[in-house]
This record gives sequence, structure tokens and C-alpha cells, in this order.
Amino acid sequence: MTELDDEIVQEFLVESHENLDQLDRDLVALEREPASRELLGSVFRTIHTIKGTSGFLALHQLESVSHVGENLLSRLRDGVLTLDTERAAALLDLVDAVRAILGCLETTGAEGTHDLAELTARLASLLEPDAAGAAAPVSAVAAAAAVAAAVVAAPGAATEAASPASAAPPEAALPIQPEHELLGEILLEHGTVSPSSVEAALLEQQVAGDERPIGEILVDHGAVSEKQVSEALETQSEGRRSVADSTIRVDVDLLDALMRQVGELVLTRNQVVSQAATLRDTNLLRAAQRLNLIASELQEGVMKTRMQPIGNVWAKLPRIVRDLGVACNRQVRLEMEGAETELDKTLLEAVKDPLTHLVRNAVDHGIETAEDRLAAGKPAEGVLTLRAFHESGQVNIEIRDDGQGIDPARVGAKALERGLVTRDQLAVMSTPEIVNMIFLPGFSTAAAVTNVSGRGVGMDVVRTNIEKIGGTVDVASVPGRGSTIRIKIPLTLAIIPAVTFQCAGERYAIPQVALVELVSLDAEEAQKGIEWVSEAPVYRLRGRLLPLVYLDAVLGLSAEDGTRQPRESLSLVVLQADGRQFGLVVDRVLDSEEIVVKPLGRQLKGIGIYSGATITGDGAVALILDVLNVGLQSGVLSASRDRAFTDASVVAAVEERESLLLVGVGEDRRMSIPLGMVTRLEEFAVSAIERVGSREVVQYRGQILPLVRLASHLGNYSDPDRERVQVVVHAEGGRSVGLLVEAIHDITEESVTGRSDLDSTGLLGSAIVDNRVTEMLDVRSAVLAADPNFFRNAPVEQPAFEMSGAYS
Amino acid sequence: MSSTTTTMNQFSTFRVADQLFGVDVGRVQEVIRYQPMTPVPMARPAVAGLINLRGQVVTAVDLRVQLGLPPRAEGELPLNVVVRTGEEAVSLLVDSIGDVVDTTGDLFEAPPETVSGPARELISGAYKLEGKLLLALDVDRAVDVDRTS
Repeated sequence: MTELDDEIVQEFLVESHENLDQLDRDLVALEREPASRELLGSVFRTIHTIKGTSGFLALHQLESVSHVGENLLSRLRDGVLTLDTERAAALLDLVDAVRAILGCLETTGAEGTHDLAELTARLASLLEPDAAGAAAPVSAVAAAAAVAAAVVAAPGAATEAASPASAAPPEAALPIQPEHELLGEILLEHGTVSPSSVEAALLEQQVAGDERPIGEILVDHGAVSEKQVSEALETQSEGRRSVADSTIRVDVDLLDALMRQVGELVLTRNQVVSQAATLRDTNLLRAAQRLNLIASELQEGVMKTRMQPIGNVWAKLPRIVRDLGVACNRQVRLEMEGAETELDKTLLEAVKDPLTHLVRNAVDHGIETAEDRLAAGKPAEGVLTLRAFHESGQVNIEIRDDGQGIDPARVGAKALERGLVTRDQLAVMSTPEIVNMIFLPGFSTAAAVTNVSGRGVGMDVVRTNIEKIGGTVDVASVPGRGSTIRIKIPLTLAIIPAVTFQCAGERYAIPQVALVELVSLDAEEAQKGIEWVSEAPVYRLRGRLLPLVYLDAVLGLSAEDGTRQPRESLSLVVLQADGRQFGLVVDRVLDSEEIVVKPLGRQLKGIGIYSGATITGDGAVALILDVLNVGLQSGVLSASRDRAFTDASVVAAVEERESLLLVGVGEDRRMSIPLGMVTRLEEFAVSAIERVGSREVVQYRGQILPLVRLASHLGNYSDPDRERVQVVVHAEGGRSVGLLVEAIHDITEESVTGRSDLDSTGLLGSAIVDNRVTEMLDVRSAVLAADPNFFRNAPVEQPAFEMSGAYS
Repeated sequence: MSSTTTTMNQFSTFRVADQLFGVDVGRVQEVIRYQPMTPVPMARPAVAGLINLRGQVVTAVDLRVQLGLPPRAEGELPLNVVVRTGEEAVSLLVDSIGDVVDTTGDLFEAPPETVSGPARELISGAYKLEGKLLLALDVDRAVDVDRTS
């Protein structure tokens, strides 16, 4: 093959791959909207283009198979046939066959041998059924000719022919102008002319040898007005220009180089502008401002050249969802919002695989079968929504399904089974935290390994890939209602929005994407607000315990321990990494700005806590922190979650805030009881306690109040020497029980709770309240210990009690 | 050694703690005056910081640390000899800059016995110039901050 040919083949491949994606999308859309002339026209043109070019390049297999498809499509487009599932499936198979041949061509340089007889025959047979009645005699003859042409490459002279219902064979000889939409077609699409008039005009052209253009013939026949023809001609030339003349293909490397240079220009601009501001030269200042403006516009323009709509990646998804839906017996409707949202090509490539994986997951694990959905009172057809939008310099992508959601209990059980968490850790985790464990390495929720997923590529790979490009991913789920996965990625890698701050006299930057919020503390707040839990600093942020990391300690510039002197004032940069939050303690937050990321030299590669450097407006170098590694190296994101410290952070993640009664149990245990479960606090003389069988009771307000000694309930022995006992009365549905404690300490609001029914020791977990470890009492189990029948007749007020059957 | 007698070498020279060093001019990108540096906490001791070289971030390696010499006196600012290693540029911090010196192979000798310690590993040899000794620096070793020193 000559070099020229080679180049043409490469062009053809690139173009065809794009076209095939478009085909997949159109065909799936067509199944829903079988009558859409627009879609059918688009599909027809694509196949027509492939057929034409393959004929030109002497790719005979490709030509013949696309030819039969084209015949079918032309008849569908003209309404002679209707698109049913069978035809749609055959056409999708055709797309696959074309793709296979192209793949072969790309790797080996030749078509290879493909068994296309069955597909060709199938496509040809689908031309038949409702052909007889609908078409004119000319069409019927041409249809037969088309079938014949499927096997032999189409002959025919090159004439300026329009494409009516069945004039397929002559068309095959017009391969070089594929984008050139034929005038007859345009007029048909405009609805200004009937297919039969076009056919008549074409017959005149071809049979009678009339050499006038088709438009003229049609006007002559009185089928259209001259104005309509001129409009159609305009459409035709526009179409040609938009495809052929107004776009060029550019090597991505060239754009990369351009991008780098613009990055340099932006930095130089920053320096010039800041220097000019210090001088009192009006002319210089004006020039600097102009430079500022132009550089910004140039930067934006160059960034735009690398931007591509996310729809390019989404294009493959309708086909995947359709095939997967069929394979898994799911009815899924794919909805896309914001397909025009643009992001950098490199990033687009990087999110392609994670996105595909998430979509497959949603169909396979998220959406239920039609029967299950109907049984759950939902429509049989599940909806999978892809949504993309720009927000604060980032691209947000959401994958939402209305399926079964993620069951936190199942995720928790699986994480336990896999040894990803301990029972104690799990007990204090919030639901969102539990659900987000699906991103941990070694986790897969698929109960059964299907051929769709469960191939070892898990959600952890998705997260790793997203984080590699500076993005984040998290999941929210409502059991029974569905799940939403949110991906946030930067617009581009070279220039990122960042926040800069000062620590120990130097400037550092952190990518905005990792930033959750900024908290500024004055001297007093800094002294009081930061507490130390077993030598680990924490801060109470709206009732949650936020583990802190002193940046100067991470950087080895000061010691991190409880003896640290509180500083004048400081700032907390609340960051999110690895699905968890922590606060970075810095001296002062400076600014939020766009920075150009510069790579670090080999000498600094091993440190890990820096992801690069940037040059600030005054020409100094500032280091960019790698948030994930800062978290890991400082221990707040320890992979094994084995530090007590991390447990505190786990507890801290729960947003819930409620009043708690703090009581003393046994010798020195401190326990919290939600105030909402406390009806009254009472004090009884020990002598008033009576025994009924093995139980202790007191007479109380004319009733018998069953008692449970919390200390013995929880495995401690209480002090028998007291004269009076403290009792927390819990009443519900006309029944009361008394929980006997050693001391009533306090009522606090400053707390944090984790709710879980997974712990069997009578506790829900533990939290840090007022700097002391406080156990959270499982009130229900304590109540049941006093009165096993307590919840029997109680009205079911709280869903948490619906498991009471298990105790009866 | 006789085979190298005719080879001419050009060295860019500089001084560190009163010793004359030279680097093959082909490896030197440029020589610039003192530049403000951004320190890099947690980096190896020889990494003095990062400088902004016309928009490029370049690591500065202090040759005094690499050679195991005492630090510069207070207020004495180092100069940058920017060398190319592989694909990237690295700045070597030196005390003062000398001329470009032409040498021939017949003046070359293995590192003299008097040079000891870390310095011995960093120099490939010495050129006996008139009245002075030029120590030829091995650039690739000089920028390797992970050497045990």
C-alpha cells in the first residue's frame, strides 16, 4: 500500500470509528422512535459513507455488507418498511461486523476474512416482508437488484443522482463525496416533495438521459418551487462546508505543546502585571492590562481547542445499556443531560473506562428485573440518568439509577467478611460511610459473579482512576429508591483552580477539588477549639469530630504533640481524600487562584507529599500538596483504619446531633442515652427494690416498674453498698422500664452518635464526648433485658423497632 | 592515557570552598546569579530549594552539602550552574564562577589521594593546570541526592 493510500485509510478509520459510535446511538434511539425520518436519515448517511469509501478503497467485504444494510435503511427511511426489533438487532449486528472489519484493518492493514454470509442473508431477508404492498413497481425491481448487489460489488455509472426510495445500485458509485447530501434527499427531508416525484425526476435523468440537474427537472415538473430548490441548495452547501471546510484534525501533541506554552505565557503575564502595578508608569500599566486580557483570552481559546463534549464518551453507552439490559433481563431507559458539557480530551479519555464501568454496574446491580420492580411498586422500566455540568471550575458527572439502591447492612457484612473493617469500627460508622466502602480495594457487592461484572475490576479501580486525574468520586444511596454516584474532575490538568495558604512562612497550594471548606479560628478559638484525643488533635466542626493534621508537623518543621503552644490564630483547610475528611492546620489562607502545574524534578519524586509546583504572581515557586499522601503520611487516612484516632473520625462523620444524657455505669464507665428515650429520672432507696422471680422491680406511680441494672446487663458488677439508686425511666406505649445506673452526670448537646444494630454487646458504639470516651447504650436491648415483652404491644413508631420480632 | 592526549575538553569552572571544579561545557545550560529559593521540607538535605528559571521549576542542589563541606558563611549567596541531566535541568549551587577552561587529556589524572570523602565519589579526575588543580565533576553523580553521604 502506498503512503498516500495509507494516509487515506487512517483518515477513513478515524472517521468511521466516530461514525460507528454515532450509529450505535442513533439505532438505539430509533428503537424507541422507529418513525423518525431524521434518525433514519442520519443512520442511512453513515452507512452510505462507509460503503462509499470502502468501495473507493477496494475493501470489498466492508462494501458488500454495508451495502445490504444501506438497502434496508433506505427502505426504512422511506417508510416502505418499519423498524422492528428484529431489524434493529440486525442493523446493530451490522455495526458490529463493520467494526470488526475496521478493527482488523487497523491492526493488520487488511480486511481479513469474516463470515458475513449469514448477516448478509439476514439483512436481505428483512427487506422482504412488507415490501410488496407499499412500494411502487420500480422499487420492487430495485429491491431485487439491491439483494443481488449485496453479493457482487455494485456496478453502475457515476451520475449526479439523488437518492430516492430504492435507487441504491447507482448510488454505490458515488463514494468520494460522502458528506455531500443529495438534493433529492434534502427536498424529501424538507417535506417539499413526494418520493414519487423525485423518482420520476430521477428516471428522467437516468432513463431518458435528461442531463439537467434534478432541481431543475423537479421545478419543470411543477413538483417544487424555485425558491424551495434554492433553499435546499443552500442547505446542501452549508452541510458540505461544515463537514469538510470548517474543521481540521490537529495532533493532540501539538495542542499539548501549545497548552504548555500558554501556561508559560500566563505566568509571565502574572509577573509583568504585578511588576507593572508597582511602577507608576501609566503607559506600561495600560500595556500590562492589555496583555493581561489577551493572555486570558488566549489561554481560554487554547483550552477550548482541547475541550470535547462528554457526549463523545457517552455515545457508546446507549448501546452498552441496551445490550446489557437484554443480557440481564432488565428494562432500562438511558437519559442523558448535559452531553454538551466539555472537558479536556486527556481527562475525557481517562474517565471513559470508569464511566463505562459505573454504567454497567448500575444496570447489572442497581436496576432490578421488571418483575421485581413491579412487585416493589415501581414502573417496569428502570431509568438510568447521566448528568454532566460545570460547577466552580470542575466537571460534575452523576450516574443515577432508580434501582434497588445499596443495602448498607449488606455492604457492612461484606466489609466485615473481607476484613476491611472491624465490628467495632463498623458499629460507629454512618450510613454514607458504610455505603462508600464499596470503593475500598477488595470489595465487590455482587452476590453472584455474573458475566457482566465481578471480573475483579472493582469500584476501587474506578476510584483510583478518578483520583489519578485529580478527581473525586462518592456514592449516595437510598435502599429501594436507587443510587447516585458523583464524580468531580477538574476541567483540565495543566491549569487547575487551587487555594493557596501560608505555613511556616512559605506558600503552598492545594487543588480546589480536594477542598471541602475553610475554617478560620482566632486565637481564643484556636486554643479552645482544638482538642487532643490520645495525642491526636481534633476539632469539633458542627458537632462532628474532625481529625486534624498540622501541616508544619507533616513538613517536619515542628513536633506534633499535645504540648504544642496555641498560636495567635490559624486556619483549618477541611479536605476530602479517600472518602474521608480531615482538617489541615495552616497559618493563614491566602487566595483562591488558577495555577499552572509544573512537574517536580527527579530529586523530589520520592517525598510523596507534593504533586508538583507552581509559580505565583510574584515569580516565587510554591509547592502543591498531594492531599491523599499528606493524609496517608500523617496517619489520618491510615489504610487499615486501625488507629483509635481514625475511629474518632469515623464517628465524626455522622452529621446527626442530639441531646444526650450522660450517666455513670459500674465503677467508671461513662455512657450516653439519647435524651429522647429518657422519660424521667428517678431516685429510689435500695430497700424499695423487690424481687419478682429473677427480676427486680419497684413500685412506681401505682405500677410495677421492671428494673435492669445496666452494669450487670453490660457485664460489670455494681456497687452493692449504696443506699439509694439512680434510675432512668423509659416509657413507651403505656409500658415503663427503669434502667438502674450508678450516677447521672450531665446532659450534653455537644455530641456525636453513630447508630448501628450490628453490635450485640448492648452498645451501639462509642464516641468522644467532652474529651472522654463515652459508650452509646443500646437502649432497646437494655429495655428488653428488663422486660422481654416490652415492645410486643407497643405501637410501631420508629422504624428502628421493626426488628423486635427477632426478640420474641 | 596516551590515546587521549589529543582530545580537547572545555570546562565551565566554578569554586566551592576554594576548590576549583569544572563541568563539561556541553552539560551546562546556563550560569545565573543567586535566585530566591523555595525550600522543600522533607526533601534530602542536599536539596536547597526550588528556583523559578523563566517559568520552569528547577531543583537546586547544594554542592557544599553534596561534597560534605561546611555550609556557606552567613550572608554569602550561592550562584547557580544550571546543568542538563536527562530531560530535566538541575541547578548546582556554587560559591563563585570561574572562566571556561580548555584542557587536554594529557593533563588528566585520576582523583588525587588528597581528595577524600564524598568529594572523591563526585569527581571523575583532576586536570593539572598551571598553578592550580581543576577537579572534573561527574554531573550525574553530583545531582543524585539519594547517595548515602
